[in-house]
Amino acid sequence: MIVETDGLTKRYGAQTVLKGLDLKVAEGSVLALLGPNGAGKTTTIRILSTLTRPDGGTARIDGFDVVREAAKVRGVISLTGQYAAVDEEQTGRENLVMIARLRRFSRSAARTRSAELLERFDLVDAADRRVKTCSGGMRRRLDLAMSLVARPRLLFLDEPTTGLDPVSRTTMWDAIGDLVRDGVTIFLTTQYLEEADRLADRIVVLHNGGVVADGTADALKNQVGGTRLDLDFASAADAGRAEALLGGVRTESRLSVPSDGSATHVHRVLDDLLAAGVRTERVSTHRPTLDDVFVAVAA
Amino acid sequence: MTGTLTMVGRSVRLSRRALDTLLMSILLPVMMMALFVYVFGGAIAIGTSYVNYVVPGIIVLCTGYGATSTGMSVADDMKKGAVDRFRSMPISSFAVLTGHVTASVARNALATVIVVLAAVGMGFRPSATVLDWVLAMGLLLLYVLALSWLAAGVGVIARSVESASVFSFFMLFLPYLSSAFVPTATMPAALRVISEHQPITPIIETVRALLTSAPASSGWLALAWAGGLLVVAFSLATWLFRRISSR
Repeated sequence: MIVETDGLTKRYGAQTVLKGLDLKVAEGSVLALLGPNGAGKTTTIRILSTLTRPDGGTARIDGFDVVREAAKVRGVISLTGQYAAVDEEQTGRENLVMIARLRRFSRSAARTRSAELLERFDLVDAADRRVKTCSGGMRRRLDLAMSLVARPRLLFLDEPTTGLDPVSRTTMWDAIGDLVRDGVTIFLTTQYLEEADRLADRIVVLHNGGVVADGTADALKNQVGGTRLDLDFASAADAGRAEALLGGVRTESRLSVPSDGSATHVHRVLDDLLAAGVRTERVSTHRPTLDDVFVAVAA
Repeated sequence: MTGTLTMVGRSVRLSRRALDTLLMSILLPVMMMALFVYVFGGAIAIGTSYVNYVVPGIIVLCTGYGATSTGMSVADDMKKGAVDRFRSMPISSFAVLTGHVTASVARNALATVIVVLAAVGMGFRPSATVLDWVLAMGLLLLYVLALSWLAAGVGVIARSVESASVFSFFMLFLPYLSSAFVPTATMPAALRVISEHQPITPIIETVRALLTSAPASSGWLALAWAGGLLVVAFSLATWLFRRISSR
């Protein structure tokens, strides 16, 4: 386990932000910490990346305690915070070389590594321009590149695509996907269910400082229920007759029935309705989204 | 050591490129000096050439301004996540403050040279020996370091870049309550007590005495103030930086 926490608590004044958090993350996996603002996501990342001390409980990164062995933890991890921590008045290359020099790369090794990362993150255009003239997407990619200068084994990403346009978001997701293939363990927080669904092997839903759900995206969706079939009728009366025949849940002129999503099942339902003389206007299948999961577990 | 040098390089580059701030920190003291020499100076009778009297005060005034931008840079790094990034790396992250303070000293040195050159253009005629210059600049260096470390500490705890700049209000105001621009003898009794016992007065008196070859009678007091302030400011900045992790 590259991350292991045991009963982690954190208070700010009278407010308890984390209430005994237990988490285990296997090396090479991608974990998404999902939750609304104020759920404790950023606090968790700050404790795990040695920035903030917990009030209770322990956290270990690669076996090292985040408080007592912070220096060793810092050798394993890299952090990309919620705001792109790039120097606006430096160029992309200068930002990267600076981090490499701080990480004790020689002058020439720093230049080589920076050039490599600029190439890899499609930042060649930004290389010799001051960052303040770059787009939001470029800044985020530069921020990510700065976190990868020293090839960390564990990368923390705090809301990596918040505030980005859809195209930049997809580019970021591709970049993160490449890291996963390189075997970097990723611990990310997000408010976007789609992001967690797309990137993570495992999703932990945090609410009011505690874990309310934990599993793969599919397991969480199954927890809420399988696929459902939505049938729309011309009138509420038709929908009522269908309800008498099939069961399910009716709202106005729509009837929702549980389904395994197979064509055979859809066929049978429609045949039954036809035989009973009920005309169906429209049919759609609905797979539960993480939104449904979130609404269900946070309620 | 490479780490500290890299941080110094970063801060110097950042302040060199923040052109508006840099110009302001150089033009402001020159303009203030012109104001005092040509506008107020004629009405201030001190028995000698006013420009000779006012130069040390202007230099100290601009150190306050220079230190303020240090506080703002530190607050900016705190707020925008740069300090978080450095603290999560296996390096001595305190060097980020050392970098900003060193850049502040460099900015102040530049501003001081320009002020002195401008003053010579306005009729400043120092009679100091090389040793006097070295002593005067050494004392100013101690004072600039003290003020910059104080500003760095303020930057660490400031809630925003704007609140860090409130510090400048005090630092720009303090020299007026000293012997920087007028002899303290002309002030009301209550103000005189403050202005004669605050650190800036002995520092300015000493620099002025050194530059005009007068006896520097408050030299040790000035040294004690500047050195003491530096020790306190540095300890405070160190303590405040360590305490970030309890947030």
